[in-house]
Amino acid sequence: MRLDLSQKVILPLLGAACVLTIWSIVSVTVAPDLPSPGRTWRESQRYVLEPFFKDGEMNQGIGRLASYSLVRVGKGFALALAIGTPIGFLLGLSRRFHQSFDPIVQFMRPISPLAWLPLGLVIFQKSEPAAVFTIALCAMWPTVINTAVGVRSINPDYLNVGRVLKLSRFRTLTRIVIPATLPYVFTGYRLSLGLAWLVIVAAEMLTGTPGVGGFLWQEYNSLVYSHIILSVITIGAIGFVLDRLMGLVEARVRLN
Amino acid sequence: MAYLEVRDLKKCYRTRNGPTAVLGGVDLTLEEGEFVAVVGYSGSGKTTLVSLIAGLIAPDRGEILLDGVPVTGPGPERGIVFQQYSLLPWLSVRGNVALAVDAVNPGMPASARRRITDEFIALVNLTPAAWKRPRELSGGMRQRVAVARGLAMRPKLLLMDEPFSALDALTRATLQDELLRIWAERRSTMMLITNDVDEAILLADRIYPMTPGPDAVLGPAIEVGLPRPRQRRHMSLEPAYQKARQALVEFLRAARTTR
Repeated sequence: MRLDLSQKVILPLLGAACVLTIWSIVSVTVAPDLPSPGRTWRESQRYVLEPFFKDGEMNQGIGRLASYSLVRVGKGFALALAIGTPIGFLLGLSRRFHQSFDPIVQFMRPISPLAWLPLGLVIFQKSEPAAVFTIALCAMWPTVINTAVGVRSINPDYLNVGRVLKLSRFRTLTRIVIPATLPYVFTGYRLSLGLAWLVIVAAEMLTGTPGVGGFLWQEYNSLVYSHIILSVITIGAIGFVLDRLMGLVEARVRLN
Repeated sequence: MAYLEVRDLKKCYRTRNGPTAVLGGVDLTLEEGEFVAVVGYSGSGKTTLVSLIAGLIAPDRGEILLDGVPVTGPGPERGIVFQQYSLLPWLSVRGNVALAVDAVNPGMPASARRRITDEFIALVNLTPAAWKRPRELSGGMRQRVAVARGLAMRPKLLLMDEPFSALDALTRATLQDELLRIWAERRSTMMLITNDVDEAILLADRIYPMTPGPDAVLGPAIEVGLPRPRQRRHMSLEPAYQKARQALVEFLRAARTTR
């Protein structure tokens, strides 16, 4: 029990203290423009303690800003799953589909969100759909690839059970292929959500839409550097929570 | 003509070093209600033989007739119990058996299908565990579910591919006794593939020894003269047991040394 406490609480706090110390040292020595931890807290206090205040388009509590970003990520993530899951199943199930589209997938996968966003703006003319488009396009690949791998690694015995029972194609899909693939699919979803959250900052910076990323960029331009740190910490905290939540969902699916 | 006729079955697998002939002309017959075992060394092509009869793979030559109908693909009239259980892990015991019952009785009312499912779960003594998932079960219990699923298809022939080889010796003995009881109760036609000579003698009416591959063939069938119902306890003292065992072991030993 004591050991558990020290491992789960004290050691992580020790790690955080180390980082804070280094941050403090850097802020007083090499980078005088970098706000110290104390100053960051003082200047960010209101944003954290009143997370939902709204003084203007870009001057809002961090909770409100984060909620804009989360909704945007939610839309992009949902779109990524809606497109990525069926593509993944098709890639895994059909050799022809795989031969036709796998090269395209491999080609598009490494393209940076910074490259997609202007294209999204050209296509949609507005920043909001362009941001969602970019998030979806960047976030869907882990879902596509994990689903395809999952389908291809189904235990052949499971499929043989379906063949002996002469299950129809549809029943084979719903009773065997989809349940057998689900753990892989949800691993893909978790990775996709992580990517979607990574992309949001770039998307908001470039489109100037209100949200944590947009706020970060605006405060950089207004020289309020402590708010950059506030944004960075917020992005990290939310990303961490999202990953843990998806991890819980994934674990549930894996148990079955 | 016999209930199951296997004639001159040949199967080659293509490998990197050219084709390997696994089965080199297998002949086998099985009567309705009979329990036949095929005994051979590991890797001699026994699983290939089961897969061919199940219709999961196609032979290069030869034919298989069940009840006069040529086998061209898999079907529920040839139930199969795989070596590695192959239960669907996301379904409960019930779900696994029900999947088979539902698939082979599409027109039947749900209540009747449920009754059949319950009947086969009870047959393998798993009613208390009916709602458990495979991962919550021991190896022996899992293989019982697989047997229940195979029988619940009400197949003309139940194929069992080394069903107990992954179990510990004590569990294996229990399951053999249960299979003996189930066969006595239902008189299903069964074909057991095994590398365990005593298991074959305990369970089967006739035993085909298989030569080690490549080009494996079956030797002449050996009748097991033991009367039924059989008891494991005094079996080894019976002359009929000793006779069958000697014939089997001699054939298998000779087949190995001529390779």
